[in-house]
Amino acid sequence: MVKKISQKVYVGLVMIFLYAPILVLIVLSFNKSKSRSKWGGFTLDWYKSLFQNEEIMSALYTTLIIAFLSALIATVIGTAASIGINHMRKVPKTILMGITNIPMLNADIVTGISLMLLFVAVNFTLGFKSVLIAHITFNIPYVILSVMPKLKQTNKNTYEAALDLGASPISAFFKVVLPDILPGVFSGFLLAFTMSLDDFIITHFTRGAAVNTLSTKIYAETRKGIKPEMYALSTLLFLSVLILLILINRRNDSIEKKRNSVALAPSK
Amino acid sequence: MSNQEESKVTTAEATVTLVKKSHRFSGKSLLSFPYILWMGAFIIIPLIMVVYYGLTSKTSNGFTLENLKLIADPINQRALFLSLKLSLISTLVCLLLAYPLALILKSMKLKSNSFVVLVMILPMWMNFLLRTIAWQNILENNGIINTVLKALNLPTINIINTPTAIVLGMVYNFLPFMILPIYNTLAKVDDNVINAARDLGANSFTTFRKIIFPLSIPGVISGITMVFVPSLTTFVISNILGGSKIVLIGNVIEQQFQKVGNWHAGSGLSLVLMVFILISMAILAKYDKETEGTNVW
Repeated sequence: MVKKISQKVYVGLVMIFLYAPILVLIVLSFNKSKSRSKWGGFTLDWYKSLFQNEEIMSALYTTLIIAFLSALIATVIGTAASIGINHMRKVPKTILMGITNIPMLNADIVTGISLMLLFVAVNFTLGFKSVLIAHITFNIPYVILSVMPKLKQTNKNTYEAALDLGASPISAFFKVVLPDILPGVFSGFLLAFTMSLDDFIITHFTRGAAVNTLSTKIYAETRKGIKPEMYALSTLLFLSVLILLILINRRNDSIEKKRNSVALAPSK
Repeated sequence: MSNQEESKVTTAEATVTLVKKSHRFSGKSLLSFPYILWMGAFIIIPLIMVVYYGLTSKTSNGFTLENLKLIADPINQRALFLSLKLSLISTLVCLLLAYPLALILKSMKLKSNSFVVLVMILPMWMNFLLRTIAWQNILENNGIINTVLKALNLPTINIINTPTAIVLGMVYNFLPFMILPIYNTLAKVDDNVINAARDLGANSFTTFRKIIFPLSIPGVISGITMVFVPSLTTFVISNILGGSKIVLIGNVIEQQFQKVGNWHAGSGLSLVLMVFILISMAILAKYDKETEGTNVW
């Protein structure tokens, strides 16, 4: 009993540690005072002025577009690559998985610098496209590492059976293989999207002066003081994701319940 | 259609001798081609460029070691040692915090481990710079912790702009990357194996030492690299929580690129940093012979 309680307390403490700064930021978004360290009363002003602040809105737009496109492209390339790698023999497979691990294990600062050196060397203007390419590059490994385990679990015979029954390789892929690995593909996409959204270091080195994501904008503001609208925006972002996740969870739960009740009452 | 398939296979054989001729689905390996090209262009070539820049300089022709020798400069040396020290401490703290948590999470027998992943990933939806800045609020001399301490008539703490604050920032930012791999490997440990050990007379400590911990080593290794490398190379956390006086090796490199504009020196120092990363991985790989790659993610 004591053990159970102390376990719960421990989990609770770690959760407080992980979520305390988020709570601080949410509170700051309602703070009337512009200073971070003073509480000046409750206000919703920052939420109103947020939508009039064109700089923040355009940074948000850039951030979301880059996150979405880079996650999407990385998911397509990464899923195809996983299938290819899965069909390779051991040596090329090991080499490729080793290369896949480089951007995950290497320091972000080195990845950022190396890409910047490449872009400058080939006279590729630093800007939206260079950031997008950089994000795709560090996102692909997350997709591969999410899809690979699912691929290993799939039964190869089902694909062969589909071919034997006259399906073309493409339709066999979409009807048989893809549904099996879809959870992995989806979590890879989600992970890639989140990583892209949260990235600062690689963007910092590969962006031109004209492009700002939320991260680079916040970094530029750290010295002069963060605009309170930023807190409001991140609160909105965080809460919308939280609600979305709760809804998805609820839906999954109710689907499961329905399935269970159907299974329990087969007489109907 | 079948002609196309055939021609695909023949190009595959011509270009990739790695693919076995008799392999029934050799055409499928072609699917990884865009990826191979992409990684070649944006991972391998850029790394070669860092090596090239690091070994050349603006003034002299040919290769030189002068950029690498910059690490011997007292300021850079101090920055490197401080980085190594702080990242080792934060890796250790992360491990000590994460392992019990992962054990508890395993014992809770959650329906799916995607819930744990979500709870750990969710904070990332609030920008990590903002979350680190929020720690300023918490740790400042007039910050939240000190206000509470004052209200309780306890002595206040002064940790903002000290190495302690940086370690705290590192632990905070990278803890999920330690928890997730350890939890994932622990969740895969079959309960029957643990029960068998208990049935055979092992007490819970022996079970942990002989069964649970050895099986979780791949996760521990993966967690250590995922915390140690970003801690060793960060320049953001030290900027925000360490004030301007504490300089880590990441700050030195960042300044070479963004302020000083000496890309050769910055690349040279990056090379030194990469050597340290490689050494740490070689050490870790010794303990991790079995797993191919990090499949825990």
